[in-house]
Amino acid sequence: MSPQTLTHLLVLFGSLSLLSIGGGNSIIPDMHLQAVRGYHWMTDRQFTDLFAIAQSAPGPSVLIVTLIGYKAGLAGGIGWGIFGAVVATIAMILPAGLLVFWVAQFWQKAEKAPWRHAVERGFAPLAVGLILATAFIVSRTADHGKMAVALTMVCTLIFATTKINPLVIVAIGGFLGWMGWV
Amino acid sequence: MSEAAAGETPIKPNPTLLELALCFNQIAIASFGGGLSAWSRQVLVEDKKWMEDEEFLSASTLCRVLPGANQVNLAVFVGSRFRGLIGAVCAVVGLTTIPMIIVIGLGWFYFTYSQVPALKSILNGIAPVAVALSAAMAFKAGKKCLNGYMPVVFAVAMFVLSAIFRRPLLESLALLGPLAVWWAWPKKKPESAT
Repeated sequence: MSPQTLTHLLVLFGSLSLLSIGGGNSIIPDMHLQAVRGYHWMTDRQFTDLFAIAQSAPGPSVLIVTLIGYKAGLAGGIGWGIFGAVVATIAMILPAGLLVFWVAQFWQKAEKAPWRHAVERGFAPLAVGLILATAFIVSRTADHGKMAVALTMVCTLIFATTKINPLVIVAIGGFLGWMGWV
Repeated sequence: MSEAAAGETPIKPNPTLLELALCFNQIAIASFGGGLSAWSRQVLVEDKKWMEDEEFLSASTLCRVLPGANQVNLAVFVGSRFRGLIGAVCAVVGLTTIPMIIVIGLGWFYFTYSQVPALKSILNGIAPVAVALSAAMAFKAGKKCLNGYMPVVFAVAMFVLSAIFRRPLLESLALLGPLAVWWAWPKKKPESAT
Protein backbone atom coordinates (compact mmCIF):
# COMPACT_ATOMS: atom_id res chain seq x y z
CA MET A 1 0.00 0.00 0.00
CA SER A 2 1.38 3.38 -1.00
CA PRO A 3 1.71 6.18 1.55
CA GLN A 4 -0.77 8.00 -0.65
CA THR A 5 -3.46 5.37 -0.12
CA LEU A 6 -2.74 5.43 3.61
CA THR A 7 -3.26 9.19 3.69
CA HIS A 8 -6.45 8.87 1.68
CA LEU A 9 -7.84 6.29 4.13
CA LEU A 10 -6.95 8.44 7.14
CA VAL A 11 -8.37 11.65 5.69
CA LEU A 12 -11.52 10.08 4.25
CA PHE A 13 -12.61 8.13 7.32
CA GLY A 14 -11.24 10.62 9.82
CA SER A 15 -13.50 13.30 8.36
CA LEU A 16 -16.50 11.02 7.76
CA SER A 17 -16.25 10.02 11.42
CA LEU A 18 -17.30 13.48 12.59
CA LEU A 19 -19.89 13.82 9.83
CA SER A 20 -21.75 10.61 10.71
CA ILE A 21 -24.44 12.35 12.73
CA GLY A 22 -27.40 10.15 13.59
CA GLY A 23 -25.54 6.88 13.06
CA GLY A 24 -23.21 5.32 10.52
CA ASN A 25 -25.76 4.86 7.75
CA SER A 26 -25.99 8.58 7.04
CA ILE A 27 -22.50 8.60 5.47
CA ILE A 28 -22.83 5.45 3.34
CA PRO A 29 -23.61 7.45 0.17
CA ASP A 30 -20.47 9.54 0.65
CA MET A 31 -18.37 6.48 1.41
CA HIS A 32 -19.65 4.86 -1.76
CA LEU A 33 -18.84 7.95 -3.84
CA GLN A 34 -15.25 8.15 -2.59
CA ALA A 35 -14.41 4.43 -2.57
CA VAL A 36 -15.87 3.72 -6.02
CA ARG A 37 -15.72 6.94 -8.06
CA GLY A 38 -13.09 8.96 -6.21
CA TYR A 39 -10.31 6.50 -5.41
CA HIS A 40 -11.37 3.52 -7.58
CA TRP A 41 -10.73 1.06 -4.77
CA MET A 42 -13.64 -1.13 -5.88
CA THR A 43 -16.61 -1.50 -8.23
CA ASP A 44 -20.23 -0.63 -7.51
CA ARG A 45 -21.11 -4.29 -7.15
CA GLN A 46 -18.26 -4.91 -4.71
CA PHE A 47 -19.35 -1.99 -2.54
CA THR A 48 -22.91 -3.32 -2.38
CA ASP A 49 -21.67 -6.79 -1.45
CA LEU A 50 -19.34 -5.44 1.24
CA PHE A 51 -22.23 -3.42 2.66
CA ALA A 52 -24.30 -6.61 2.92
CA ILE A 53 -21.42 -8.48 4.60
CA ALA A 54 -20.90 -5.71 7.17
CA GLN A 55 -24.64 -5.55 7.91
CA SER A 56 -25.01 -9.25 8.58
CA ALA A 57 -21.73 -9.95 10.39
CA PRO A 58 -21.74 -9.60 14.17
CA GLY A 59 -20.74 -6.23 15.59
CA PRO A 60 -21.46 -2.66 14.56
CA SER A 61 -22.30 -2.23 10.85
CA VAL A 62 -19.80 0.64 10.70
CA LEU A 63 -17.25 -2.13 10.15
CA ILE A 64 -17.90 -1.66 6.43
CA VAL A 65 -14.95 0.73 6.73
CA THR A 66 -12.81 -2.25 7.79
CA LEU A 67 -13.69 -3.94 4.51
CA ILE A 68 -13.08 -0.81 2.43
CA GLY A 69 -9.69 -0.37 4.09
CA TYR A 70 -8.92 -4.03 3.45
CA LYS A 71 -9.71 -3.73 -0.26
CA ALA A 72 -7.80 -0.43 -0.57
CA GLY A 73 -4.65 -2.06 0.81
CA LEU A 74 -5.16 -5.43 -0.87
CA ALA A 75 -3.32 -4.34 -4.02
CA GLY A 76 -0.09 -4.77 -2.06
CA GLY A 77 -0.99 -8.21 -0.66
CA ILE A 78 -3.06 -9.58 2.20
CA GLY A 79 -0.75 -8.15 4.87
CA TRP A 80 -1.30 -4.64 3.55
CA GLY A 81 -5.00 -5.39 3.23
CA ILE A 82 -5.21 -6.15 6.93
CA PHE A 83 -3.11 -3.07 7.70
CA GLY A 84 -5.49 -0.93 5.63
CA ALA A 85 -8.45 -2.50 7.43
CA VAL A 86 -7.07 -1.60 10.85
CA VAL A 87 -6.06 1.93 9.81
CA ALA A 88 -9.48 2.65 8.28
CA THR A 89 -11.30 1.37 11.37
CA ILE A 90 -9.22 3.41 13.80
CA ALA A 91 -9.56 6.53 11.62
CA MET A 92 -13.34 6.04 11.64
CA ILE A 93 -13.68 5.42 15.38
CA LEU A 94 -11.18 7.82 16.94
CA PRO A 95 -12.46 11.35 16.18
CA ALA A 96 -16.10 10.65 17.03
CA GLY A 97 -15.02 8.51 19.99
CA LEU A 98 -13.01 11.37 21.48
CA LEU A 99 -15.96 13.72 21.09
CA VAL A 100 -18.29 11.24 22.82
CA PHE A 101 -15.72 10.74 25.57
CA TRP A 102 -15.62 14.47 26.17
CA VAL A 103 -19.43 14.71 26.28
CA ALA A 104 -19.57 11.68 28.60
CA GLN A 105 -17.13 13.40 31.02
CA PHE A 106 -19.31 16.48 31.03
CA TRP A 107 -22.39 14.29 31.53
CA GLN A 108 -20.91 12.40 34.48
CA LYS A 109 -19.76 15.59 36.21
CA ALA A 110 -23.35 16.80 36.09
CA GLU A 111 -24.61 13.76 37.97
CA LYS A 112 -26.57 15.79 40.49
CA ALA A 113 -27.57 18.65 38.21
CA PRO A 114 -31.32 19.11 37.69
CA TRP A 115 -30.90 19.46 33.93
CA ARG A 116 -29.30 16.05 33.66
CA HIS A 117 -32.13 14.46 35.57
CA ALA A 118 -34.62 16.25 33.34
CA VAL A 119 -32.84 15.13 30.17
CA GLU A 120 -32.70 11.51 31.38
CA ARG A 121 -36.34 11.46 32.33
CA GLY A 122 -37.50 13.36 29.25
CA PHE A 123 -35.37 11.46 26.72
CA ALA A 124 -36.37 7.99 27.93
CA PRO A 125 -39.85 7.99 26.32
CA LEU A 126 -38.37 9.48 23.14
CA ALA A 127 -35.89 6.59 23.04
CA VAL A 128 -38.73 4.07 23.38
CA GLY A 129 -40.52 5.65 20.41
CA LEU A 130 -37.28 5.65 18.44
CA ILE A 131 -36.52 1.99 19.11
CA LEU A 132 -40.04 1.02 18.12
CA ALA A 133 -39.65 3.08 14.94
CA THR A 134 -36.40 1.30 14.10
CA ALA A 135 -38.00 -2.12 14.51
CA PHE A 136 -40.94 -0.98 12.39
CA ILE A 137 -38.78 0.41 9.59
CA VAL A 138 -36.42 -2.58 9.48
CA SER A 139 -39.32 -5.03 9.42
CA ARG A 140 -40.79 -3.22 6.40
CA THR A 141 -37.62 -2.73 4.37
CA ALA A 142 -35.85 -6.07 4.75
CA ASP A 143 -37.26 -8.76 2.49
CA HIS A 144 -39.85 -9.76 5.03
CA GLY A 145 -42.29 -12.37 3.72
CA LYS A 146 -45.38 -13.64 5.54
CA MET A 147 -43.38 -16.23 7.46
CA ALA A 148 -40.89 -13.59 8.57
CA VAL A 149 -43.67 -11.30 9.80
CA ALA A 150 -45.25 -14.19 11.72
CA LEU A 151 -41.87 -15.12 13.20
CA THR A 152 -41.28 -11.51 14.25
CA MET A 153 -44.63 -11.35 16.04
CA VAL A 154 -44.23 -14.68 17.82
CA CYS A 155 -40.69 -13.81 18.93
CA THR A 156 -41.72 -10.34 20.14
CA LEU A 157 -44.34 -12.00 22.31
CA ILE A 158 -41.80 -14.52 23.65
CA PHE A 159 -39.18 -11.84 24.41
CA ALA A 160 -41.68 -9.50 26.02
CA THR A 161 -43.32 -12.06 28.29
CA THR A 162 -40.60 -14.59 29.17
CA LYS A 163 -37.06 -14.43 30.49
CA ILE A 164 -35.75 -17.02 28.04
CA ASN A 165 -32.20 -16.35 26.75
CA PRO A 166 -32.62 -14.53 23.39
CA LEU A 167 -29.68 -16.49 21.94
CA VAL A 168 -31.80 -19.66 22.04
CA ILE A 169 -34.47 -17.98 19.91
CA VAL A 170 -31.82 -16.53 17.57
CA ALA A 171 -30.44 -20.05 17.05
CA ILE A 172 -33.91 -21.41 16.32
CA GLY A 173 -34.49 -18.54 13.86
CA GLY A 174 -31.18 -19.32 12.15
CA PHE A 175 -32.17 -22.98 11.91
CA LEU A 176 -35.58 -22.13 10.40
CA GLY A 177 -33.80 -19.91 7.86
CA TRP A 178 -31.23 -22.58 7.08
CA MET A 179 -34.06 -25.06 6.38
CA GLY A 180 -35.49 -22.47 3.97
CA TRP A 181 -38.72 -21.98 5.91
CA VAL A 182 -38.39 -18.22 6.35
CA MET B 1 -36.88 15.14 44.08
CA SER B 2 -33.84 13.01 44.70
CA GLU B 3 -35.89 10.37 46.53
CA ALA B 4 -37.29 9.07 43.28
CA ALA B 5 -33.82 8.63 41.77
CA ALA B 6 -31.99 7.35 44.87
CA GLY B 7 -34.80 5.00 45.87
CA GLU B 8 -33.46 1.55 45.06
CA THR B 9 -29.81 1.39 44.06
CA PRO B 10 -28.46 -1.73 45.80
CA ILE B 11 -24.69 -2.04 45.24
CA LYS B 12 -22.80 0.32 42.95
CA PRO B 13 -21.55 -1.73 40.00
CA ASN B 14 -17.80 -1.52 39.56
CA PRO B 15 -16.68 -3.54 36.52
CA THR B 16 -12.98 -4.07 35.85
CA LEU B 17 -11.35 -3.20 32.52
CA LEU B 18 -11.43 -6.85 31.49
CA GLU B 19 -15.10 -7.15 32.44
CA LEU B 20 -15.88 -4.08 30.31
CA ALA B 21 -14.08 -5.54 27.29
CA LEU B 22 -15.65 -8.98 27.70
CA CYS B 23 -19.11 -7.50 28.20
CA PHE B 24 -18.97 -5.51 24.95
CA ASN B 25 -17.46 -8.46 23.16
CA GLN B 26 -20.42 -10.53 24.32
CA ILE B 27 -22.84 -7.87 23.04
CA ALA B 28 -21.09 -7.75 19.65
CA ILE B 29 -21.01 -11.52 19.15
CA ALA B 30 -24.64 -11.96 20.21
CA SER B 31 -25.78 -9.37 17.67
CA PHE B 32 -25.03 -11.62 14.68
CA GLY B 33 -27.78 -10.70 12.22
CA GLY B 34 -28.79 -7.45 13.88
CA GLY B 35 -30.35 -6.08 17.04
CA LEU B 36 -27.15 -4.67 18.50
CA SER B 37 -29.00 -1.99 20.43
CA ALA B 38 -31.44 -4.50 21.93
CA TRP B 39 -28.53 -6.75 22.93
CA SER B 40 -26.83 -3.81 24.62
CA ARG B 41 -29.86 -3.28 26.81
CA GLN B 42 -30.27 -7.00 27.46
CA VAL B 43 -26.68 -7.34 28.68
CA LEU B 44 -26.10 -3.95 30.37
CA VAL B 45 -29.48 -3.50 32.07
CA GLU B 46 -30.91 -7.00 32.56
CA ASP B 47 -27.96 -9.38 32.83
CA LYS B 48 -25.16 -7.27 34.37
CA LYS B 49 -27.41 -4.65 36.01
CA TRP B 50 -24.74 -1.99 35.45
CA MET B 51 -27.33 0.61 34.48
CA GLU B 52 -30.98 1.46 35.08
CA ASP B 53 -33.38 1.60 32.14
CA GLU B 54 -33.71 5.36 32.27
CA GLU B 55 -29.95 5.93 32.24
CA PHE B 56 -29.44 3.40 29.45
CA LEU B 57 -32.17 4.92 27.28
CA SER B 58 -31.02 8.49 27.62
CA ALA B 59 -27.38 7.48 27.06
CA SER B 60 -28.35 5.59 23.92
CA THR B 61 -30.31 8.58 22.64
CA LEU B 62 -27.33 10.87 23.24
CA CYS B 63 -25.14 8.36 21.43
CA ARG B 64 -27.48 8.43 18.45
CA VAL B 65 -27.33 12.21 18.22
CA LEU B 66 -23.55 12.48 18.48
CA PRO B 67 -21.46 11.70 15.39
CA GLY B 68 -20.12 8.16 15.11
CA ALA B 69 -21.60 4.68 15.11
CA ASN B 70 -24.24 4.43 17.85
CA GLN B 71 -22.92 1.28 19.45
CA VAL B 72 -19.29 2.39 19.40
CA ASN B 73 -20.44 5.60 21.05
CA LEU B 74 -22.34 3.64 23.68
CA ALA B 75 -19.21 1.60 24.43
CA VAL B 76 -17.23 4.84 24.89
CA PHE B 77 -19.98 6.20 27.10
CA VAL B 78 -20.34 3.15 29.36
CA GLY B 79 -16.61 2.43 29.46
CA SER B 80 -15.75 5.97 30.50
CA ARG B 81 -18.55 6.07 33.06
CA PHE B 82 -16.91 3.25 35.02
CA ARG B 83 -13.19 3.46 34.19
CA GLY B 84 -12.45 6.75 32.42
CA LEU B 85 -10.45 6.91 29.19
CA ILE B 86 -8.87 3.45 29.56
CA GLY B 87 -12.31 2.02 30.26
CA ALA B 88 -13.65 3.58 27.05
CA VAL B 89 -10.76 2.13 25.06
CA CYS B 90 -11.28 -1.34 26.56
CA ALA B 91 -15.01 -1.28 25.83
CA VAL B 92 -14.43 -0.23 22.21
CA VAL B 93 -11.67 -2.81 21.72
CA GLY B 94 -13.97 -5.45 23.21
CA LEU B 95 -16.80 -4.42 20.91
CA THR B 96 -14.78 -4.31 17.69
CA THR B 97 -11.84 -6.76 17.82
CA ILE B 98 -13.55 -10.11 17.21
CA PRO B 99 -16.07 -8.61 14.74
CA MET B 100 -13.14 -7.05 12.83
CA ILE B 101 -11.42 -10.43 12.61
CA ILE B 102 -14.65 -12.02 11.39
CA VAL B 103 -15.31 -9.24 8.87
CA ILE B 104 -11.75 -9.40 7.51
CA GLY B 105 -12.13 -13.19 7.21
CA LEU B 106 -15.38 -12.74 5.27
CA GLY B 107 -13.74 -10.03 3.14
CA TRP B 108 -10.83 -12.35 2.36
CA PHE B 109 -13.31 -15.06 1.32
CA TYR B 110 -15.24 -12.60 -0.81
CA PHE B 111 -12.25 -11.21 -2.71
CA THR B 112 -10.63 -14.63 -3.12
CA TYR B 113 -13.66 -16.54 -4.38
CA SER B 114 -15.63 -13.47 -5.56
CA GLN B 115 -18.85 -14.49 -3.89
CA VAL B 116 -20.58 -13.59 -0.65
CA PRO B 117 -20.20 -16.37 1.93
CA ALA B 118 -23.38 -18.47 1.93
CA LEU B 119 -25.04 -17.10 5.04
CA LYS B 120 -28.08 -15.66 3.34
CA SER B 121 -30.64 -18.29 4.29
CA ILE B 122 -29.55 -18.49 7.92
CA LEU B 123 -29.74 -14.69 8.13
CA ASN B 124 -33.24 -14.77 6.66
CA GLY B 125 -34.29 -16.61 9.79
CA ILE B 126 -32.29 -14.47 12.21
CA ALA B 127 -33.33 -11.05 10.91
CA PRO B 128 -36.98 -11.38 12.09
CA VAL B 129 -35.75 -12.50 15.53
CA ALA B 130 -33.49 -9.44 15.74
CA VAL B 131 -36.42 -7.18 14.86
CA ALA B 132 -38.52 -8.91 17.51
CA LEU B 133 -35.78 -8.33 20.06
CA SER B 134 -35.86 -4.59 19.35
CA ALA B 135 -39.65 -4.46 19.53
CA ALA B 136 -39.68 -6.39 22.80
CA MET B 137 -36.98 -4.10 24.16
CA ALA B 138 -39.15 -1.06 23.45
CA PHE B 139 -42.00 -2.86 25.20
CA LYS B 140 -39.99 -3.83 28.29
CA ALA B 141 -38.26 -0.48 28.69
CA GLY B 142 -41.57 1.23 27.97
CA LYS B 143 -43.33 -0.56 30.83
CA LYS B 144 -40.92 1.15 33.21
CA CYS B 145 -40.65 4.65 31.84
CA LEU B 146 -44.04 5.21 30.17
CA ASN B 147 -45.67 5.86 33.52
CA GLY B 148 -48.13 8.61 32.69
CA TYR B 149 -49.95 10.35 29.85
CA MET B 150 -47.12 12.64 28.79
CA PRO B 151 -44.41 9.95 28.40
CA VAL B 152 -46.81 7.94 26.20
CA VAL B 153 -47.55 11.04 24.12
CA PHE B 154 -43.80 11.69 23.68
CA ALA B 155 -43.06 8.07 22.72
CA VAL B 156 -45.93 7.96 20.21
CA ALA B 157 -44.97 11.35 18.74
CA MET B 158 -41.37 10.17 18.26
CA PHE B 159 -42.56 6.95 16.64
CA VAL B 160 -44.90 8.76 14.26
CA LEU B 161 -42.29 11.35 13.27
CA SER B 162 -39.57 8.85 12.49
CA ALA B 163 -41.45 5.71 11.37
CA ILE B 164 -44.46 7.22 9.56
CA PHE B 165 -43.23 10.63 8.39
CA ARG B 166 -39.58 9.49 8.18
CA ARG B 167 -38.21 12.78 9.52
CA PRO B 168 -34.46 12.87 10.27
CA LEU B 169 -33.53 12.15 13.88
CA LEU B 170 -32.03 15.59 14.51
CA GLU B 171 -35.18 17.32 13.32
CA SER B 172 -37.52 15.19 15.47
CA LEU B 173 -35.28 15.64 18.50
CA ALA B 174 -35.01 19.39 17.99
CA LEU B 175 -38.80 19.46 18.09
CA LEU B 176 -39.60 16.96 20.86
CA GLY B 177 -36.41 17.08 22.95
CA PRO B 178 -36.92 20.55 24.48
CA LEU B 179 -40.61 19.77 25.16
CA ALA B 180 -39.73 16.50 26.90
CA VAL B 181 -36.97 18.10 28.99
CA TRP B 182 -39.27 20.99 29.92
CA TRP B 183 -41.90 18.46 31.00
CA ALA B 184 -39.37 16.49 33.05
CA TRP B 185 -37.76 19.54 34.70
CA PRO B 186 -37.85 18.86 38.47
CA LYS B 187 -39.16 22.24 39.58
CA LYS B 188 -42.24 22.11 37.40
CA LYS B 189 -43.76 18.90 38.73
CA PRO B 190 -42.12 17.81 41.98
CA GLU B 191 -44.16 14.66 42.68
CA SER B 192 -45.04 13.23 39.29
CA ALA B 193 -42.35 10.53 39.31
CA THR B 194 -44.72 7.83 40.49
